[in-house]
Amino acid sequence: MTTTQDIHSPQFLSGDEFSIPTFRLLQQDGTLFEGAEAPELERDQALKIYHTMVATRVLDERMMAAQRQGRLSFYMQCTGEEAAVVGAAAALDDADMIMAQYREQGALVYRGFSYDEFMNQLFGNELDYGKGRQMPIHYGSRKLHYMTISSPLATQIPQAAGYAYGQKLAGEGYCTLCFFGEGAASEGDFHAALNMAAVHEVPVIFFCRNNGYAISTPSIEQFAADGVAPRAFGYRMHVIRVDGNDILAVLSATREARRIAVEHNKPVLIEAMSYRLAAHSSSDDPSGYRSKKEEEAWREKDPILRMQHWLIAQGWWNDDEEKALQEALRREVLETMKRAEKRPPPPLDSLVSDVYADVTPALQRQLDRLKTHIRQYPESYPKGARSLDPDVKVRDDASNPDVQGGE
Amino acid sequence: MPTMNMLQAINNALDIAMAEDDKVLCFGEDVGIFGGVFRATSNLQEKYGRARCFNTPLVEQGILGFANGLAAQGSVPVAEIQFADYIFPAFDQIVNETAKFRYRSGDLFNVGGLTIRTPYGGGISGGLYHSQSPEAYFAHTPGLKIVVPRNPYQAKGLLLAAIRDPDPVLFFEPKRLYRAAIGEVPEEDYQLPIGEAEVTREGTDVTVLGWGAQMEVIERAVELAEKEGISCEVIDLRSILPWDEESVVESVLKTGRLVITHEAPLTGGFAGEIAATVQERCFLYLESPIARVTGLDTPFPLTLEKEYLPDHLKVFEAIKASVAF
Repeated sequence: MTTTQDIHSPQFLSGDEFSIPTFRLLQQDGTLFEGAEAPELERDQALKIYHTMVATRVLDERMMAAQRQGRLSFYMQCTGEEAAVVGAAAALDDADMIMAQYREQGALVYRGFSYDEFMNQLFGNELDYGKGRQMPIHYGSRKLHYMTISSPLATQIPQAAGYAYGQKLAGEGYCTLCFFGEGAASEGDFHAALNMAAVHEVPVIFFCRNNGYAISTPSIEQFAADGVAPRAFGYRMHVIRVDGNDILAVLSATREARRIAVEHNKPVLIEAMSYRLAAHSSSDDPSGYRSKKEEEAWREKDPILRMQHWLIAQGWWNDDEEKALQEALRREVLETMKRAEKRPPPPLDSLVSDVYADVTPALQRQLDRLKTHIRQYPESYPKGARSLDPDVKVRDDASNPDVQGGE
Repeated sequence: MPTMNMLQAINNALDIAMAEDDKVLCFGEDVGIFGGVFRATSNLQEKYGRARCFNTPLVEQGILGFANGLAAQGSVPVAEIQFADYIFPAFDQIVNETAKFRYRSGDLFNVGGLTIRTPYGGGISGGLYHSQSPEAYFAHTPGLKIVVPRNPYQAKGLLLAAIRDPDPVLFFEPKRLYRAAIGEVPEEDYQLPIGEAEVTREGTDVTVLGWGAQMEVIERAVELAEKEGISCEVIDLRSILPWDEESVVESVLKTGRLVITHEAPLTGGFAGEIAATVQERCFLYLESPIARVTGLDTPFPLTLEKEYLPDHLKVFEAIKASVAF
C-alpha cells in the first residue's frame, strides 16, 4: 500500500525482488508431489500424448542420423522439450491456431501430421506443401491450423496477436497459441506483441520455451531478470511459470490459460522451464559451450520417462508396449524416409508461383527465358530439366560439373 | 460529381470498403477518434466501432506484425504508418513476412488482404524525417505491390483496388497533395487497375515519366517545354511494383527519348530499374541517353528543400537536354 512516506521519499523497487514460483505436479519417478492433484486426463488422451512424445523423439533421432549420413541438409530437434510442446498442444482445441518457432514438431505430431508429411517437407519434394522453398523443418498445415514456420526469429509473436484478434472478431471461440524460445523473447517483436495483445484484449497464449540456450548463449547472458515471466507484469498480463518437463503441469496450466484467453479475451504468458537436451540444430555442437555434466543432470529429468513412469503407475502402459511402439515407429520413419527421398522435386514452374496470387507478366518472361536456357544445358540443371521434359536423360545428382566457358 | 481533396477521397474509399465488408479494419497510431494526424480516418471509429477502427501503441513492427496475423486469419487490415519515414522499424515484418507469406507456405497461407497506407514525400518543410520516399527499398522485394496515386480521383480508385487486391499492397500517399490536390471524385464505388500506367498527355518528342506528387512537377515542366515547341508524352506509372513495362516501352519506341523523375535519391532509385529495362528493350530506338531527375544522394534537407527537390525547372532542363542531344 502506498503511504505518505512512500510518495515523499525516493523509494526504488528493484527487479531483484521479483521471483516467480514454478508450477509442478509430477515427480521424476512418476508419482505426484505431496498435495498435488493430477488434471483430468482420460486414458485415451494420456496415451495419445505419450505416443506423440515418443513419435517425436523417434523422428528426431532418425532424422538427425539421416542428416549425419548426408541424406538431409539440416535438422532441428525437440528433444528434452516434448512435454512442454505436446502438453501445450494437448490443452488446445484442435481448431485453435498454433504459431510455432521451429522446434515444436511435437505439436504437429499431436494434431496428426503424418511422417510422410514431415518427410516431404524435409526433403523438399513435389509433395512438400511449401513446394521446396524453405529449409528442412519449416512445416505448415492449413488443415491442422498450424502456421507455416518462418525463419526470422520472433516474427510470429505479433502475428499471433493479430491472428487472435481476428479470431475474437469472428466470435467462434478459438484462440492462438504462439511458441517461441527465451532467446526470441529479446527481439523487439516480443515486446510489440505483448503490448499489442494486452491493449487490444486478444485471446492469445504466448508460450515461451525457456530451454536454457539460444544456440550457444546461455539464458544468464540473455536476460538479467528472473526469466521471461516477470515481463508480463509490465503489460498487465496473466502469467504462469511451469515445469516444462512435467506433462501434467503443462497440460493443466495451458488448459487454464486457454480458458482465460477464450472466456475473457485476455492474453496469457506461459514460461515453461526446460532444457534443450539436443544441439540447437544439426549445424551446432553444444560440447563447445556447455558441460556433459550439465546435460546429464537434465537427462535425468527426461520428460518422456517421467510420463512413462506415471502411465505405468496408472496401469495404462508396460514395457512390452513400449518396445513394440518404439520398433513400429522406427520402422515407419525409415520407410517413409525412403519414399520421400525418391520423389522428384517440385516442378520448375513453382519457382515463380505464389509470389503473387497470379504470375505477373515480368515473372512469366523471366521463367520463359530460364526454360530456354535450361533446354540448352539440361545436364547442368537436372532437376529443372526433368520437370520440363520427363523423358530427358539426366544424371540423378545435382553435382554435375557445369559447362565451363560456354560462351 | 462532388469535389474532394485527397484526404477526403481516401476517407471516402475507406468508408466504402468498411461498409461493404465487415472484415475490413483500419488501425495505426492516432487513427481512432482523432482520425489520424492527417484526418484520413476521420469518423470511421464513430461509424464502425472501436473494434474495427482503433489506435495502436506506438510500435510500427507491432502494427505490421499484428496486421500480418490478421490478414493470415482472413481479415482485411488497412494498417497506417503515420509517416513513410517511420516504416523502417516494420521493415522485417514487411519484407520478410508480408512479402513472403504466400510463397513460403506454398499458398497454404497468405496475407493478400493487407494494405499498408503511408504518407510519403517532401515539399512540406518536413526535414529529413518527414519527407522521405522509400518506395525503392520495397520495390526490391518480390511479393509486394506498390501503388502511388497522384490526385483524389486516383487515390480513391486505387485504394479501393488495393484493399480488394489478392496481394499485399503498400499504398504511398503524397502528403504534399493531401489538401492541395482537389478534384472531382465520383461518389460511387469504383476501382482503378493496379499495375497499369496512365498516359496523361500524348506527344512525339520525348517521354516524361513519374508518379505521385511528381506528376504535378512534370506537368509544369512540360508546359514550359511545349512553349518551346517540344512535344512531350507524359506517363504516370501509378504502380511501382509490378510496373507497366509495356506502356513505357511503347511510348519510348515512339518518342525515342525518356526522362524519369522521382524525389528519392538517385543511387538505387526506381528510375534506375526503369532505365535498365528500357535500354534493354528500346536500345536501337533511343535518340538520347535516358535522363534521371531525382533528389540528391543525401538525407532529405530542411532549409534547402527547394534546392534539393527535382522541381519543374530541373525536369524542364532535362527535357531540353534530351531533345538537343
